[in-house]
Amino acid sequence: MASTVLCSIVSAEEEIFSGQVEMVIATGTMGELGILPGHTALLSGVKPGPIRLILEGGEEEIFFASGGYIEVQPTSITILADTALRADDLDEVAALEAQKKAERELVDQKSDVDFARVSLDLQEQAAMLRTIRKFRDRKG
Amino acid sequence: MANAKELRKQIGSIKNTQKITRAMEMVAASKMRKAQERMARGRPYSQHIRSVISHVANASPEYHHQFMVEREVQRIGYIVVTTDKGLCGGLNINLLKTTVMDIKKWVDQDVEVDLCLIGNKGVQFFKSYGGNVVAASSHVSETPAISDLIGSIKVMLDAFEEGNVDKIFLANNVFVNTMTQTPTINQLIPLEPIDESSLKHRWDYIYEPDARQLIEGLITRFLESQVYQAVVENVACEQAAKMIAMKSATDNAGDLIDELELIMNKARQSAITQELSEIVGGAAAV
Repeated sequence: MASTVLCSIVSAEEEIFSGQVEMVIATGTMGELGILPGHTALLSGVKPGPIRLILEGGEEEIFFASGGYIEVQPTSITILADTALRADDLDEVAALEAQKKAERELVDQKSDVDFARVSLDLQEQAAMLRTIRKFRDRKG
Repeated sequence: MANAKELRKQIGSIKNTQKITRAMEMVAASKMRKAQERMARGRPYSQHIRSVISHVANASPEYHHQFMVEREVQRIGYIVVTTDKGLCGGLNINLLKTTVMDIKKWVDQDVEVDLCLIGNKGVQFFKSYGGNVVAASSHVSETPAISDLIGSIKVMLDAFEEGNVDKIFLANNVFVNTMTQTPTINQLIPLEPIDESSLKHRWDYIYEPDARQLIEGLITRFLESQVYQAVVENVACEQAAKMIAMKSATDNAGDLIDELELIMNKARQSAITQELSEIVGGAAAV
């Protein structure tokens, strides 16, 4: 049996996941992170994107985080997400819609929008769609 | 018969009060359920971020944020979270008593104290008790937004950054269950490292991308979540305490009514007896 590590994903609204996992794959600020049990202490930002957990026994679960922080200790992994969702709860149609809206706002120079906010929105929606696709690929 | 009439009036007014307290009890009960839910959902985040922060404080980081450095204490700050409205039993008084006792300990050591108050009851209390209030915000809604709270907290944090305040405590009620709410005082900054022997040796995180940026972001979020959680928890405590207080008020009103009804019935009966004996006496005289 492979060794496992305690992983918890919490968002400001609720605890999304807590349990033993074999591996965590998250999108850090500097790129993808694959974390195995016994990893050295690490503190990193999390970019909007999928978080994949490989559970005990090789089963996989996918979550979406819209940014936050990840703390790794040899015996525990904590992901403090701003908002986090289970991948099955994601709504592809709504995400596509929101992405289109953000793109339109970016193109439409007249409207008085906060450029930084909209591009952040766009990034987030794109990341959400990436998560959805990844989730579907695995299933299909 | 004047006596019985008066009693009846009194019973009527107590019954009206009882109706009000019963209604308030039910309102508090339904609000409590919602507040409790909100509190329970926020708890994991605030607990996890607290443990992460204490890990960070335990580490020997390459970058020392000023919120992590212990200074000689000359002036301290308290953030006290109370309710806006009364009628919730001893909730506020218990918290304020604990806080005042804690403050006294510091004052005895010649440390000056600044206060930042959230909630009307604390403002009223310290107005009469005295104390250096630097910021106050009242009328915090039952669904507080972090942005509403951060303004008054900012005053404290700025004072810390400028070196005017050397320690900041957060005083609020912690919801244990519906019957029990415990006043607690936690040190907010400087960050307290936890005693965990496994973390005692010298170590540090790998930071991605940059220690300073990460720690600053994390600390901001930590402070926000702690204060937010304190306020949310306080709302749940308020509703629970209010429910209990109103329930006992309703019960007391019931007891009072029973007692008065007994007295009234006795008075009526003795009046009837008197009337009867008068009639009998009258008939005998004829």
